[in-house]
Amino acid sequence: MQSAVIVFPGSNCDRDMAVALETVSGNKPHMVWHGDSELPSGLDIIAIPGGFSYGDYLRSGAMASRSSIIKPVIEAANRGVKILGVCNGFQILTETGLLPGALMRNSNINFVCKDAELEVTNNTTVFTSRYAKNESISIPVAHHDGNFFADSETLDRLENEGRVVFRYRSDINGSSRNIAGIINEAGNVLGMMPHPERAIDAKHGGTDGLALFESLLN
Amino acid sequence: MKVRIFVTLKDGVLDPQGKAIHHALESLDFKGVNDVRAGKLIELDVDPSVTREEIDKMCDKLLANTVIENYQIELPETAS
Repeated sequence: MQSAVIVFPGSNCDRDMAVALETVSGNKPHMVWHGDSELPSGLDIIAIPGGFSYGDYLRSGAMASRSSIIKPVIEAANRGVKILGVCNGFQILTETGLLPGALMRNSNINFVCKDAELEVTNNTTVFTSRYAKNESISIPVAHHDGNFFADSETLDRLENEGRVVFRYRSDINGSSRNIAGIINEAGNVLGMMPHPERAIDAKHGGTDGLALFESLLN
Repeated sequence: MKVRIFVTLKDGVLDPQGKAIHHALESLDFKGVNDVRAGKLIELDVDPSVTREEIDKMCDKLLANTVIENYQIELPETAS
């Protein structure tokens, strides 16, 4: 499995993401700088990591989603390359339009940093096949802008098409219908606020994120 | 030419910051505030050759996220 991690100024989960990808695949990911205008060839998965790209200026993910590497990322997504956006990566994916909706300020305006209990709502995606349906998993969250918003028509469509992949077991940030992660129509672009790369080693306090990365090997 | 762009959350989109400001005003004993919505003001200094259409494009492509936000463009009154 060949992977790349996109690095923006202000990314801070890029190396954790690289460790997670290397742990399951045995291959070192390409670290790709946001200012590059092309991706290495032969990629199976591109990860857009968490952090605070461009200091969250204007809106979280707004600047990053207009940087020069994003054009080839969108082209890769349209070719069917898997894209995983975590936290700030999810915000960036909604800003690019690859995923619908927007991530707004948490409804209680607090930064939330804890282990979140999630339900694997859809285990038939290429990112979640190693989980059981409706499995409960514990994955760390750390965000200020994780309140998923979309109009009710979009939310209904996401639900009906099985595109809600992860849901919070309880309301932690005001997200519509407790949505923690969604996938695009073609099933190759996943965005999620929780950090699976922070739960792949017993020393992290849990390994519930490992199955997500192992699913990518299928 | 100075252009002012007001970016506001769409009606029906929850505004946690506005709610917190509202709450703070109430705790300072200000009465009669029915609602608070917080937004952004972006000022651009542009060449006179920049058209209204181009500014619209700037808003759609970057300055506002039209999934959740509206924008309003205020141009300087044209000199006669």
